[in-house]
Formats: sequence, structure tokens, C-alpha cells
Amino acid sequence: MKNWPLWEVFIRSKNGLEHRHCGSLHASDATMALENARDVYTRRMEGVSIWVVPSAQITASNPHDSAELFDPAKDKAYRHPTFYELPDELKHM
Amino acid sequence: MNNNLIQYIYGIADNSLILGQRLGELCGHGPSLETDIAMTNISLDLFGQVRSYFQYAAKLIGGDATEDTIAFLRKEREYKNVLLVEQPNQDFAYSITRQFLFDVYHLLVLEELQNSKDETLSAIAKKSIKEVSYHTRFSSDWIRRLGDGTEESHNKIQTAINDLWIFTDELFHQTDADKAMVAEGIGVDVTLLKGTYFKKVNEILEEATLEIPTIEYFQKGGKQGIHSEHMGYLLAQMQYMQLAYPNMNW
Amino acid sequence: MSEHEVKNLEAIFDARIARDEKIEPKDWMPEKYRQTHIRQISQHAHSEIVGMLPEGNWITRAPSLKRKVALLAKIQDEAGHGLYLYSACETLGVSREELYDQLHSGKAKYSSIFNYPTLTWADMGAIGWLVDGAAIINQVPLTTTSFGPYARAMVRVCKEESFHQRQGFQIMMTLAEGTPEQKEMAQDALNRWWFPALMMLGPTDDASVHTEQSMKWKLKRKTNDELRQQFVDQTVPQAHMIGLTIPDPTLKFNEETKHYEFGELDWDEFWQVVKGHGPCNKERISARKNAWDNGKWVRDAAMAYAEKQANKEVKQAI
Repeated sequence: MKNWPLWEVFIRSKNGLEHRHCGSLHASDATMALENARDVYTRRMEGVSIWVVPSAQITASNPHDSAELFDPAKDKAYRHPTFYELPDELKHM
Repeated sequence: MNNNLIQYIYGIADNSLILGQRLGELCGHGPSLETDIAMTNISLDLFGQVRSYFQYAAKLIGGDATEDTIAFLRKEREYKNVLLVEQPNQDFAYSITRQFLFDVYHLLVLEELQNSKDETLSAIAKKSIKEVSYHTRFSSDWIRRLGDGTEESHNKIQTAINDLWIFTDELFHQTDADKAMVAEGIGVDVTLLKGTYFKKVNEILEEATLEIPTIEYFQKGGKQGIHSEHMGYLLAQMQYMQLAYPNMNW
Repeated sequence: MSEHEVKNLEAIFDARIARDEKIEPKDWMPEKYRQTHIRQISQHAHSEIVGMLPEGNWITRAPSLKRKVALLAKIQDEAGHGLYLYSACETLGVSREELYDQLHSGKAKYSSIFNYPTLTWADMGAIGWLVDGAAIINQVPLTTTSFGPYARAMVRVCKEESFHQRQGFQIMMTLAEGTPEQKEMAQDALNRWWFPALMMLGPTDDASVHTEQSMKWKLKRKTNDELRQQFVDQTVPQAHMIGLTIPDPTLKFNEETKHYEFGELDWDEFWQVVKGHGPCNKERISARKNAWDNGKWVRDAAMAYAEKQANKEVKQAI
């Protein structure tokens, strides 16, 4: 029989914040994965909401492609507010 | 000092104490790390409840009584837990079945106990309901998995259900202290819970493709302090330090 | 890939680590880096879950309800730490089951201190105070190690572990302040755990085979001997504070170096225990193996159930 698959766990630490990846665990199905996540990752009041995703279902970018994926954004300083120099008198913009 | 109230508290709290102790034996030996952590959480919840009940009982008793003198220094006959919770961890099927058969009962009791005229008991019940709802969910899920899993697991869990079923009737017995507390609006009339209990248990067993045992003879005695042979060994371990080194702080 | 290309990649890799960049699982890494990390992280994980056993030995006998819940919660944390570390290890392409097999077959090592027996309640204090104390010294630097999943697991571990040593020290303190019998129990535990705790920080630098490479990869920030000295310097005053005696007649404070000098450690015994001849090696491994083997039908049942449920959902959808 197959081993319990791996799941990735995402926890919202309080309402208003996003779910963040906090670790992984093994479980036979989604129900168990949620229960295990509750027992393993929220023992110290770390969360108010849990997502679990089968690790095998995650499609990840390949580090080999990092240069073409992420480097082109580096020289687009005009996307950031500091690119635009304005007079100091203009306080809020 | 209201002796009936104290006895009533023992009747409820000893169940959590002895079941927590049994679960404690399993820590580090579960079928997966995740299950180990989950069952330890249940044990911790139960001990937390025990401490609240016994701190209250100690106040009622007065003098030198503490949660620990109550937990560790009574004689076997003075423990009032039901026979079900003291049954040993023969295998995972027994541990989960014991948990399930108790959780469903425990939740029904707490749901009533929160309406108790005794404010402390009502407050403890309200806090514990959340914990025990989760215990019930956890153990019911496992009953379904093992019942409708493999042939081997089905047979194992069916055997455990059949063997432990004989302890279910006792859950609904009343001691004199229980009756007195029901009359005062403090205690829960467990006799009224029996129908709902078996309806809920049977529902899960059916979902789990398990047979509901048809047994006519039930075991009883725990509520009167007449336990199974297992109890003495459980207490021998639990009380070891307090008996070997009396009157010390830890 | 040619040898030259590999050399080139390795140079880039080393430079990244030197710049304190983190390495993530899918990044290219030298095979030796991968293997070393699998070995160290899994050893660490094994130590956590084998370490549950000596303390688990006292759950049913804890002397008060308060101590019982604290001990249970601590051991439960260790299961959690094992789980985080196995997960970190799994990102390197090895499954938890394979790692278990290595542990059960005796191929993988774990911290040898857990092969000593826990004989009295005071051992719960000594383990928390000394063993967790030594572990923290080892672990805190690992929160900034180069491999991302390991570093993140260690951040979580260290955060949770902060109560463990306090829990142990408080047990010892209570015993040391208690009756003569209790104080004797505490001293006896210190006597038995002191040297194993010192040796837990690893072989002396001249006998340690992995130090140089591990330093480069930030798997180690200080040498074993430096860590040991740090542990002795911080622990001796704590023992004095609660009136216990370190079982080393040669121990003395050097006013010039401001360090404690301590006696020779029995490395023969250490290596005997590592090789499997400690008092409890067999019990520890067989307990782990039994838990795993006896749990097989449970894990199989859960998988079978999950598959049945998934099939049912598919049928309903059709």
C-alpha cells in the first residue's frame, strides 16, 4: 500500500492577514490533512484558518529560469514611486 | 461540605483522568508522528479539564486538599471512572474505539452540564465542549477510516467495538450522588442521554460499514469504584511517585 | 555536464553561500551538499523522535498533574520537531519512509545520549536542563544555516523549544530545594547526565571529520570544543545556584581565560554507545520499529479509505 502523501500547510495567523506557508505533513486525505495541520501547526494559537494542498499539486517555477523570469523586472525603476523626483514642497503624493 | 457534589465531580473528572493517563502511555508509539501529536493533544485537553475539576473539588474539601492529592492519593475504590476508560491500549483499534465510545458520551454530558446551576461546573463544561467536539470528530473520522479501510482494519475495529461494547451501558447508570445532584439541578441526568448516544454511535458505525453489536449482557461497577483488574496497575504507575515519596513538592 | 562545468557551478554555489544567500530545494547544489544535508537533517530528526522515548518513560509516573501536562507537551513538541525536520529533509528528494528505514536498520545515527536510561523523576529535570541546554547551543546557529528549509525548521524548533530547558531546570531547582531525599535524587541525575551531555556536543575537534566542510556550508558556526566550552561556562553557575555539585573534581574556573576548565571525557564510552552498545540502544530502536510496524495496518487502512472516497466522488461526478 502507498504511503501517506505529503501536504503543504498554509496558516492565516489572524483575520486581515494572508495565509502563509508554514510547513508540510503527511496525511491520507484532505480531511486528515486539515486535522493534522491543526494538531501540528496551531498548538500555540498560531492560526485562525488553515489551507492544505497536496504537495504534488503545486506547480513551481524552475530556478534555471530565474534569470529570464525575474531579472527583466530589475531595470523597470519607473514602476516605483521613488523614480519620480518631485519638489520637496509637495508633501503628500 | 457537599459530599454529593464532590462525589459527582469525581464521577466526571475521573473519566478524563484515567483516559488521559491511558493516552499518555501511547505518546511516542503511534502509527505516525501526526497521529501521535493528535492523540497527545487529546490527552492534554483531558488533563486540563481534570485540573479544573479537581481544583474546584479541592476548594470544596478544604484543608490540605489539592488537585494532586485528589488525583494521586485516593484508594482504588475511591476512583469513580467508568470501566470503559480504564481498558488498556491493546492496539490502535482498541484505543480509537475506546476514545470514540467515550467522546460521544462525553460531549452529550458536557452539553447538558453547561446548564448546571453550579457556575463552576457550567464554566468548565463550556470550555471543555470545544475540546471534546474536536475529540469526537477525530475519533469518528478514524472509526470511518478503519471500518471502511482494508479488510484487516475492518476486522480489527469490529473486534474492538464488539469487545468494548459491553462497557457502554454503564455510561448511563446513576450513583446516589448523581441522583442527588440531578435533583438539585447541578448534575446531568445521564439516563436521558442513552437514546441519543446510541443513535449517534450507530450512525457512525453504519457509515463505517461496521455491525452494531447485539449484546445483552453488560459490565458495570466503575461508577461505584469497583474496577477491572487493569485499574490497579494503572494506579500503581500513576501514584508511584506520590506513594514512594509522600508529602513532597514537585 | 562536464567536469569543468560542475566546477564552475560549484564556484558560483560557494559564492552564494559566502554571501549568506539561502539555498532552496530546487536550486542546483553539489551532490555532496545534498547528501550531507540529508544525513545531518535526518540525524537531527531521528534524535527528536528517539528522544521522545526516555522522557515518555515517565509520563505515566509524573508526580503531579502540572508536571504531567508540561512533560506531555514537551514530548509532543519533540514529535513536532521531528516532523518539521523530516519535512525539510524530504525537500531533498528522500521520503520519510526511507529515512525511517535507515533508522530502523541501524544505518542512520541519532544523538547517542538517548541511549541512556531514565531511572528517576529527576532525570526529567536533568534532560530538560542539560540535554535541551546542549541542544539549544547546537541549534540556535542553525537558524541561519544555508539550506532554507532546514533554517526555517530550526527557527520554529528554537521558538518552541525555549520552554523545554526552563521546564527541566525548574524540576531540578524544586528537587534541590526539597527534602534531602529529593536533593539526592537531583544530584544523582546530574552525576549520571553531566558527561553524556558534554559529549553530546560531538567529538573533540581533532577527531571530528565533518567540521571544515560544515563550517563552509554554515551547518556549523562553532567547533564542537567551542560549543562544549560555552555549555560548561553557562551551566556550571546554574548548578551552583541551586546548590548542586558538578561531578568533576578537576573542574575549576580560570581567572585569566574566564572559562571553566574541565576533566577528560570518556570517549571510549561515547564511541561504544554510538556503535550500539549503550544501555538502551536496542530498546530505543525496537520501540521505534514496533511503533512503525504495528502502525502499518492503520496507515494502509487510511489510504484505502481515502482511495475509496475519491472513487466515490468520481462516480458521483459522472
